[in-house]
Amino acid sequence: MAPAIVVLLVVFAYPIARSFWLGFFAQNLGTELQPVFIGLNNYVRILGDQHFWQTFWITLRFTVLSVALELILGLGIALVLNRAFQGRGAVRTIAILPWALPTALIALGWTWIFNDQYGIANDILLRLGLIETGINWLGEPFTATVALIVADVWKTTPFISILLLAGLQSIPQDLYEAYAIEGASPWQSFWQITLPLLIPQIVIAVLFRFAQAFGIFDLMQVMTGGGPGGATEVVALYIYANAMRYLDFGYASALIVVTFVLLVAVIALCSFIISRLRKQTV
Amino acid sequence: MSTSLNSDSIATDNAVKPGKRSLTFGTILFWLAVVAIVIFCLAPILWQVLTSFKVNEDIAAIPNIYFPTRITFDHYIELFTRRPFGRYILNSGFVSITSTLVCLAIGTPASYALARSRPRGSNLIRLGILFVTLFPSILLLQGLLEIVQVFNLGNNYLALIIPYTAMNLPLTILVMGSFFAQLPQDLEDAARVDGFSTWQMLVQILTPLTLPALVTTGILTFIAAWNEFIFALTFITDDTMKTIPVASAQIGGSSVFEVPYGPIAAATVIGTIPLVILVLLFQKQIVQGLTSGAVKG
Repeated sequence: MAPAIVVLLVVFAYPIARSFWLGFFAQNLGTELQPVFIGLNNYVRILGDQHFWQTFWITLRFTVLSVALELILGLGIALVLNRAFQGRGAVRTIAILPWALPTALIALGWTWIFNDQYGIANDILLRLGLIETGINWLGEPFTATVALIVADVWKTTPFISILLLAGLQSIPQDLYEAYAIEGASPWQSFWQITLPLLIPQIVIAVLFRFAQAFGIFDLMQVMTGGGPGGATEVVALYIYANAMRYLDFGYASALIVVTFVLLVAVIALCSFIISRLRKQTV
Repeated sequence: MSTSLNSDSIATDNAVKPGKRSLTFGTILFWLAVVAIVIFCLAPILWQVLTSFKVNEDIAAIPNIYFPTRITFDHYIELFTRRPFGRYILNSGFVSITSTLVCLAIGTPASYALARSRPRGSNLIRLGILFVTLFPSILLLQGLLEIVQVFNLGNNYLALIIPYTAMNLPLTILVMGSFFAQLPQDLEDAARVDGFSTWQMLVQILTPLTLPALVTTGILTFIAAWNEFIFALTFITDDTMKTIPVASAQIGGSSVFEVPYGPIAAATVIGTIPLVILVLLFQKQIVQGLTSGAVKG
């Protein structure tokens, strides 16, 4: 027990506690990297920091769109994989493959797919006659966001479909049969049995994905570096730049605290919903 | 929900049997969906594989050449001769395997203690553990960097092994804990009568029984460690000590205008092969681990 607790304290508790502490200090090149107590000044600065709020909204938009798409696609895939068909084992294996691969390498792959000159994304769209000239995918704010969301959806939909598939398998078959006898169509039984009974799994999957997507770093770092012109700069990239490039450790700490508190709030909300749902179903 | 360990046996009983094997509109639609899933999941990977075997003229052809006109291994050869990719594979392998072993070695006793002896506040510990699994790495980076600097661990694999162990401990404790909780208490009582200490019992009796659970958590830990990016990027700056994801992301050409697409594609293929093999061999365990890890929440 003891070694596990020590490792968890060192890697999780200390850095967060340290950020809370350092958030009250200025420690940057201006103070010659010595901590100087400044009270709540870092937090006041965050309130007026347009750049931070821009990264915040970019992150939130990315997170909400990605997770929503992943949920819809993941549910569809789970429903397909829940049926018995020849070769289901092989399709299941293929369907978890993207989840297992490193995000940084995935990002390299998608950068190549969305390459403005030689990318296959443009080639397919050109051949289908959907566009007349190649799109500079990663060079324009809107299309760069689209490309990032596509890459993230590809990589993490399997995670959601695995969780939802487990949920689908725990729904007793009798329920569907009883409902079908009463003359319900498959469409009705989906809305009245499948979806309501799947809600706990959906909330859990969304909670995990929300936390991961909100802290995402490697995908943007590799695919766009936050560009073009900061259009895909997420909170993690901004924190990284403050700590590693501007060496503004005090301010980076305050940013970490704010992000941490926002995340905790979302997690608490989700946990509350889950516990309410569990009480209802018991 | 807690018995997701047997999910596959449930799966076969529970799966909806498709109706008659006639070609109705519904079955056609269903098979189209299956094909779409396969293409969706495989196409981006295949495109990297194809690119990695193309000669440069094919790679830069407009309109695109889908299948290589002639197959070349030059991009792979370049990675291993002009760049230390053999070394990178060893680095990633060493860090990932060590983290996995350490994680199992300290996580297993912890999960046993939590599942059996119920120390005071074990629920609180469990809650804390769950909470920790939701942490994005960026929030820990700066604090860990300080620790790395104070203990002079920059360019030392411990700077990666310790965080990777910690990041995977929660999952290990949850998955292993649920396995221990399922084992009958009688077994341990009998062992105690025979004079086994708790530690002997854990090593000699319980661990062999929980080998499947060890494999499950070990694979998930290995995958997470192999894939990690931000700590590996920050704590390791010595070029020969880098891991595969970081080294691949930093492949550059001789000038800004000359991006070496072929070697990059080859690097992504090399970096994903070990994981593809793991998924092919242990698909079932991965699914079990993920579902029981997440659903325990």
